[in-house]
Amino acid sequence: MTITDERASNPAAGGADRPIGYGRIQRKEDPRFIRGKGNYIDDIVLPGMLHSAILRAPVAHATLVSIDTTRALAHPGVVAVITGKDLLGLKLAWAPTLSADVQAVLVTDKVRFQGQEVAFVVANDRYAARDALELIDVEYDVLPPVIDARKALDPGAPVIRTDIEGKTDNHIFDWEAGDAAETDAVFASADVVISQEIVYPRVHPAPMETCGAVADYEPIEGHLTLYETTQAPHAHRTLFAIVAGIPEHKIRIVSPDIGGGFGNKVGIYPGYILAVVGSIVTGKPVKWVEDRSENLMSTSFARDYIMQGEIAATKDGTILALRTNVLADHGAFNATAQPTKYPAGFFHIFTGSYDLKAAHCKVTGVYTNKAPGGVAYACSFRVTEAVYLVERLVDILARKLEMDPAELRIKNFIQPEQFPYKNKTGWEYDSGNYEPAMRLSMQIAGYEELRREQKEKRERGELMGIGVSFFTETVGAGPRKHMDIVGLGMADGAELRVHPTGKAVVRLSVQSQGQGHETTFAQIVAEELGIPPEDIDVVHGDTDQTPFGLGTYGSRSTPVSGAAVALVARKVRDKARFIAAAMLETRPEDLEWEKGRWFVKGDPSIGKTIAEISMGAHGTVELPEGIDGNLDAEVTYDPPNLTFPFGAYICVVDIDPGTGHVKVRRFIAVDDCGTRINPMIIEGQVHGGLTDGVGMALMEIIQFDEDGNNLGGSFMDYLIPTAMEVPNWETGFTVTPSPHHPIGAKGVGESATVGSPPAVVNAVVDALAPFGVVHMDMPCTPGRVWEAMQGRPRPPI
Amino acid sequence: MQIPAPFDYARASSVDDALALLERHGPESLIVAGGHSLLPMMKLRLARPEWLIDINDLFELDFIVRDGDRLRVGAMTRHTTLFESDEVRRLFPIITDAERTIADPVVRNRGTIGGSLCQADPAEDLSTVCIVLGAEAVIRGTAGERVVSMAEFHVGPYETSVAHNELLVEVRLPIRPRSGSAYEKVERRVGDWAVAAAGASVSLAEDGTIDHVAIGLTAIGLDGTVTEAEAMLHGKAPSEELFVEAGRLAALACDPLADQRGAIDYKRHLADELTRRVLRRASSRAAEAQEG
Repeated sequence: MTITDERASNPAAGGADRPIGYGRIQRKEDPRFIRGKGNYIDDIVLPGMLHSAILRAPVAHATLVSIDTTRALAHPGVVAVITGKDLLGLKLAWAPTLSADVQAVLVTDKVRFQGQEVAFVVANDRYAARDALELIDVEYDVLPPVIDARKALDPGAPVIRTDIEGKTDNHIFDWEAGDAAETDAVFASADVVISQEIVYPRVHPAPMETCGAVADYEPIEGHLTLYETTQAPHAHRTLFAIVAGIPEHKIRIVSPDIGGGFGNKVGIYPGYILAVVGSIVTGKPVKWVEDRSENLMSTSFARDYIMQGEIAATKDGTILALRTNVLADHGAFNATAQPTKYPAGFFHIFTGSYDLKAAHCKVTGVYTNKAPGGVAYACSFRVTEAVYLVERLVDILARKLEMDPAELRIKNFIQPEQFPYKNKTGWEYDSGNYEPAMRLSMQIAGYEELRREQKEKRERGELMGIGVSFFTETVGAGPRKHMDIVGLGMADGAELRVHPTGKAVVRLSVQSQGQGHETTFAQIVAEELGIPPEDIDVVHGDTDQTPFGLGTYGSRSTPVSGAAVALVARKVRDKARFIAAAMLETRPEDLEWEKGRWFVKGDPSIGKTIAEISMGAHGTVELPEGIDGNLDAEVTYDPPNLTFPFGAYICVVDIDPGTGHVKVRRFIAVDDCGTRINPMIIEGQVHGGLTDGVGMALMEIIQFDEDGNNLGGSFMDYLIPTAMEVPNWETGFTVTPSPHHPIGAKGVGESATVGSPPAVVNAVVDALAPFGVVHMDMPCTPGRVWEAMQGRPRPPI
Repeated sequence: MQIPAPFDYARASSVDDALALLERHGPESLIVAGGHSLLPMMKLRLARPEWLIDINDLFELDFIVRDGDRLRVGAMTRHTTLFESDEVRRLFPIITDAERTIADPVVRNRGTIGGSLCQADPAEDLSTVCIVLGAEAVIRGTAGERVVSMAEFHVGPYETSVAHNELLVEVRLPIRPRSGSAYEKVERRVGDWAVAAAGASVSLAEDGTIDHVAIGLTAIGLDGTVTEAEAMLHGKAPSEELFVEAGRLAALACDPLADQRGAIDYKRHLADELTRRVLRRASSRAAEAQEG
């Protein structure tokens, strides 16, 4: 790892003379995690609490003929067995998804994917509930499934969504961005056009903690307290009010410590709703926690994009245009979590980091007999797919033109003076300075030396590959006028209270799943108010304790909530100026701010610290007109634009020519996320994302057989990388602040997940160049690499 | 949490006690040693024993002892113990090679050689190793002990000749002079089951020709050893040409299935490639042993 002295080299991170605020400090939340004192869903125990289990469909597509729960109800310890029929009576059999579709909570008419929820057992303990599942007698009439998305729109394909009136096919949406005619014209006159099918297979976020809930419905007052694994507690509260018909002021959602989210915990799953139903029916708290197989088989998957991509360029290597047609497999229900106007998420950022003349994309979404979901696994609303597509195409172009892939990228970068840059599909990139980041990663890698080594190795028949990727992310959704989820604008609130002794509490609408919010947000307040981070408590994850906002996903916490927190601290600081002036018997405009203190201009010895001012505010100081006796403030931040972090990644692989086994030898990641609040947390995020990326590139895939059986339903089948598969990460950074963000910060949580898969695959394909391989799809397992070496690479689906 | 079907549990205090418990609880009782195969199967409800007989207190079965021209390994010897044993590395480097690729340290700390052999998973590494080394299995029942060859021990996938009321107590490995052995596995990820693996043991005559050779394959559909290749190599001086031919014969001998780990032609290719590699390494180790 490359550790540079952040304070010395990065003025935005706080110089040596500014000890409080930004910088490399240890995470405030770590002591409780390290000591085993975290409080996760399965740690929650309420008096009289019951347990539950879900019966899941063994087949992918089948008419439900009958369910007999008699034997299960007779099982010792079983309190209730709930079926779809029961839910129909409660009008809860179907729930709205986050994409204007509906999803079955329990099957009423037919099964639409293997692992779908069929019945719900509530029992005195987890064992009785699980055992009783085997005593529910279900008769299915098996139907032919639609598994291959390429065949979903065939005229004779079985119709999956017979519940939608008049539905005669499996089509969900067509969506496009950019100018098709203009793009076609540029393509028609280009020297070089490359076309390649590029598949991003279905993968799963697989957080360490699976999904779960504890529902506690109190019937006398009609209060529902729902402990949930959710990345978006406030949005869930509103949705539960809509779904369950419980008045919103009587719903409290608590998201305790969350063991990883990666988008897996954005949506509302049937299990959450069933826990609520179970509590209403039994009058007792009900816990539901899914097991690993349930998590892998039924909760939000990610990707599943079949992309036909094309790139046009001049023969001297000027990239002119990009176009793509995408077939998007959304599974049995369209339940992707993304802003309403963007059914393909932010995929139209597929123009990447390059200055193009034209671009056009078209995405067609289809239903298949697979689990629903689609936006998850740290994908920044489909930026992952977009970046993978463009970075593979640029690499193929470099090969075709016999140009160095790093130099080809540099040649085509959007130039610093072009920012804010409007791309051809409607985005306005806020800031960027790409070449220094690319050059820095090449310098850390020793790029030229690596190319020399590769040349020598090739002559000896050894397979070494160097993969380059450069990504631009679009994160921090988003401006309310453009972006909402089920009608809720994507803004976030923050409340700050400074107590009389100068200690503070800041309340957030976003929810950490491991990102270190309790530290980062304390540091933002510390930087703005000049009080130490350890004197600031960060409260999040409880809708009764925090202001409204849309939650944590799509790398939006720092871009949106981070801005809210900086602004609320500035509001407090401004208020403190008035109070300090009253205390010092001077005018506010005669005071000057230095970190932590207002002092009299020209006489720094006379001033008041935030703690003194707060005591004054809460004490007996005669306050100016219009100033309340506190040091509190609140804001709701509506971002004017998204932020556009970027990065330059280089991966070095060695491939065993006899077995096709890929070893990632080195990985260099240079990230630019604007102002860096806590570099250690940023590096932690980057390390995790790079590991994700190596996993996807080399081994992760949820496959199905032709009957729709999920072949990735356990960690024996769905492989995630271990420490053995990843190298010692080499990280570096540049700092290009966001011009519209109050502290210049951009999101970084997903950058590495987005940017690393193309670097790894580009390295593998580069290593296989002597075999004439120009493309191979993920995952690059030994067998698939060997097939590519034989001249017959296969799509994984 | 994946929840197994209900079961009862007894902890054996000795081999005789374990045998008595098996007898008492009948055919629906199963022995648990390291538990790294059985417990996942129980959690997935693929295995549903009524009783688990835990033999983790049977410390008398945890030993590695040289006894003349054989090495005796107790059935409860943990993978880690085998992996870290200098004597094992010196006598049977194939075991050290294989152990390095078995799962991860956490699994190796619990898993045992006896458990691995009795699980008889087609992708199990130590079964191949024991076949290649010509091991014998010592099986004890209430009526006494019997000793069987690996060919007799191994009946088929997940099936051995250890009867329900018997216990594998020991594995005996013959020590041959001027020998070398090696194992190599291809896996998609550390800890995944093998895509394919191969093991070989080579013993040289005093003149440097191959006096004894055994080649085994893992996870690609071969019971026993690659006898055609062994016959071809016997009596000849080790050479790259012979290894290439042996690899070709191994590819013909195996009968792999296509799955997520790889296609049939790829796995046949690995039989060839890995056979050549392990023969190369085993021969060179044998030559070193000869010099040493």
